[in-house]
Amino acid sequence: MPQPNDLKLDHIANLARLSLTAEEKERFGRQLGDMLDYVALLNEVDVEGVEPTAHAFPVVNVWAQDVPEPGLSVEDALRNAPERRDNMFVVPKVVE
Amino acid sequence: MPEELFNSTIAELSGLLDRGALSSVELMKAVIARTKAVDGRVRAFNSYDEEDAMAQARASDARRAKAKGSGSGAASRLEGIPVGIKDVISVAGQPLTASSRILEGFVSPYDATVTRKLKAAGAICWGRLNLDEFAMGSSTENSAFATTSNPWDLERVPGGSSGGSAAALAAGEAVATLGSDTGGSIRQPAALCSVVGLKPSYGRVSRYGLIAFASSLDQIGPFARSVEDAATVLGAIAGHDPRDSTSLRQEVPDYNRGVSDLAKSGRRWKLGIPREYFGEGLDPEVGAAVQAAIGEYRRMGCEVREVSLPHTKYAIGAYYIIATAECSSNLARFDGVRYGHRSKDAKDAIDLYFKTRAEGFGPEVKRRIILGTYVLSSGYYDAYYLRAQKVRTLIRRDFLDAYRDVDVIVTPTSPTPAFRKGEKAADPLAMYLNDIYTIGVNLAGLPGMSLPCGFTAGGLPIGLQLIGQPFKETELLAVASAYEQRTEWHLRRPRL
Repeated sequence: MPQPNDLKLDHIANLARLSLTAEEKERFGRQLGDMLDYVALLNEVDVEGVEPTAHAFPVVNVWAQDVPEPGLSVEDALRNAPERRDNMFVVPKVVE
Repeated sequence: MPEELFNSTIAELSGLLDRGALSSVELMKAVIARTKAVDGRVRAFNSYDEEDAMAQARASDARRAKAKGSGSGAASRLEGIPVGIKDVISVAGQPLTASSRILEGFVSPYDATVTRKLKAAGAICWGRLNLDEFAMGSSTENSAFATTSNPWDLERVPGGSSGGSAAALAAGEAVATLGSDTGGSIRQPAALCSVVGLKPSYGRVSRYGLIAFASSLDQIGPFARSVEDAATVLGAIAGHDPRDSTSLRQEVPDYNRGVSDLAKSGRRWKLGIPREYFGEGLDPEVGAAVQAAIGEYRRMGCEVREVSLPHTKYAIGAYYIIATAECSSNLARFDGVRYGHRSKDAKDAIDLYFKTRAEGFGPEVKRRIILGTYVLSSGYYDAYYLRAQKVRTLIRRDFLDAYRDVDVIVTPTSPTPAFRKGEKAADPLAMYLNDIYTIGVNLAGLPGMSLPCGFTAGGLPIGLQLIGQPFKETELLAVASAYEQRTEWHLRRPRL
């Protein structure tokens, strides 16, 4: 198992699209280090040949009839938008 | 009429409503008055809409009058009953914050399936109940807005994450409430506030309209003042839902009738006591109360035997890998684009994500997103996430093996009674370790309950956890009801 000090906070925060302050990096680094030390306990378990469980009761191939149903109205969908214009969500410029 | 309407059960109140001795408007007024009198101290609600609740109560009274006029059958038990809703479950037209700044001001555009079902049963959806931000925590101290107080001791936490749901009920601010349980978030606050809390089997209740934390573990369930009331609410909200592909196609039985049939049958229950749940870290007063409850079951003629759940010590580690991995994925949707908080000083679209999330999420949510992103990241996935999923298989197998010999497993709900505010807030790991008895149930997808089983010498509530077999909620409720019938812990109310 990797070592807890492999926790490269800047890289992970970038993947999570979450900016952290210097104080948060220091504090979270320490707390997450504790957590990773703790979960190293799982290394004791022999998992050879054990299938992973993603869901307690896996349901596969859930089919639905292909029948259109009313969805949210445009007004309802946009009601919580931070910024909107002409039935659209407005975001900062993406391409120059 | 009971002395205090706001402290009565659904069973008592629905009887009064049926006989015309009480109107839903009177009941709602009593609950609103009680809420105004105590919520300044308890702070269970993020918000409530008095006018909307009174309109629902009037509509319920009108439905009842109309049904009476047309001579149609008995009303649903929930007709006219105020049910408080955890602020992570959508109610159309009402705020939905998850106790997070990132959703401040958000108004639900639609009803969750459980909300729709409660309304169809005639219940009044009442208020928005506080929680740990995005249901991540065990004390409600992670709420961005306020910490809820335990009605039994206002200096202490009510538990969490559904702390508002448990505290509101214990304080008489609702007749029943809904919470959600990912690792114990219904059962632990129920134990700490001396109410009944039920987490159904995974897939029993639709998650549509519940803000997702860890989708393979989350389940909605009721808080109630009696096992009978919990069964009533479960019956109303359970069932398959095409909008939740993980909800299972299993018939919903009449739980109350099932429990009463089992009681009449005189079935001799076989109860399992897992030795791993009674070791180090268990508060002696909690241990003694749980042993006394087991003694009560023995006196009833139940067969009590020791069982082993050998992978118990790995449950917290597996849980915090799986739950944080799922949360890091689920919370990616909070990006400031379509709803919720948006940072005002972003210089481009990507920067908008970084700043919005930094400003909108609280520290516990950030910690979990970081941990979850890490365990899923390239190079670490197999070592952490995949290994945790395999350990999950072993934990689930432990339970299923134990159920070859017993019907229901009996344990403490929480290793300690309610702790003081601030006591564990600085040490996330200490807070996580507090979930030791509840999280295995979520990993295995089992139904679990907490019911009042005593008080410490200092007057703090103690909870008994019962863990049932998959989709055998009726049996679980029957075992719970048998204990409740012989004890009076559930009748005590805090002095406020």
